[in-house]
Amino acid sequence: MVIYGVALLSFCMLAGVFVGDLLGDLIGVQANVGGVGIAMLLLIVLSNLSHTRFTLGEPTEKGIGFWSAMYIPIVVAMAAKQNVIAAISSGWMAIVAGVAAVAVSFAMIPVLSRFGKGEQHDS
Amino acid sequence: MILDSLFTVLEKNALITAFAFVGILVWFSYEISARLTRGHVHGSAIAIALGLVLAYVGGSVTGGNQGLADFSLFAGVGVMGGAMFRDFAIVATAFGAELEALKRAGLVGAASVVIGVVLSFMVGAVIAVAFGYTDAVSISTIGAGAATYIVGPVTGTALGADSGIIALSVAAGLTKSVLVMIGTPFIAPRIGLNNPHAALIYGGLMGTTSGVAGGLAATDPKLVPYGAMTATFYTGVGCLLAPSVLFLLVRALV
Repeated sequence: MVIYGVALLSFCMLAGVFVGDLLGDLIGVQANVGGVGIAMLLLIVLSNLSHTRFTLGEPTEKGIGFWSAMYIPIVVAMAAKQNVIAAISSGWMAIVAGVAAVAVSFAMIPVLSRFGKGEQHDS
Repeated sequence: MILDSLFTVLEKNALITAFAFVGILVWFSYEISARLTRGHVHGSAIAIALGLVLAYVGGSVTGGNQGLADFSLFAGVGVMGGAMFRDFAIVATAFGAELEALKRAGLVGAASVVIGVVLSFMVGAVIAVAFGYTDAVSISTIGAGAATYIVGPVTGTALGADSGIIALSVAAGLTKSVLVMIGTPFIAPRIGLNNPHAALIYGGLMGTTSGVAGGLAATDPKLVPYGAMTATFYTGVGCLLAPSVLFLLVRALV
């Protein structure tokens, strides 16, 4: 049933965010540490596990697939609720700092990408 | 009168109104993409850019901080685009992701998060100094804001920064997230952002969950789970490093 997929997804997200909050408390920061990432790992592991022990029915997969497909529309809605005014109107320093951080981070991607790949070429 | 009751219906069913509205917006964007750019600019990139323009309009008309969602008619857009649905959809994209790609990039992915936080913090701090800030608290808060708009205020609050400085740090983080959303599809071919491995590193370096979510959606939706995975660790690591190690470093230098 479709709800099984949605429920599985919900379970993964709640568990992940809960662990992320606990992690945040443990290291003493006021933020969720990787909650969504942990939830994703959980979902990947559970869905890979199911190939061997129990199989997710097709309707169940549809329950997850629907939300995965809703991702872009949700991101569009997210863009429409950003505080763009605050980003633009608060003066040059904030804009320069933001732009510079992005530019430097973009430039680092090819540098770091080489690392993991390099190990493979060596072998 | 008919218009009044129509508005009442739309406001009462805010989330459903948002679904319909975003559907029209996405359709319109894909039409523009196909007809005006012949598919060169991805439809979702146009939709996200239009969303940001509407957010600007919403903010300037209402004076609120929720963009388009500050119009009562579009309150549902705030729910649909809020952190709850965003994270739920991001987790869903992990379904079908390759476990192998994750394992392979494990160490580099983790390293990219730490490098990303330190790099953005340093850049933000240098800009703050260039603009004439001399106290370690302000410099660190602005540097933290260049990481993400959550790390900024968390750091500023922890260090007891001025509220004006905290607002600036949020603005720096917002600028970053908006720019990552818009810029990623254009810069992606030049930095080799076309495979899961690079996407993991991209997520770790950029860190802004909304920026990464929007940027990858507009570049190649297949890469979303990889970038989002590392990005979700960024804010936590930033909140850990910025008010502690990085602040001490700044204080030692100033």
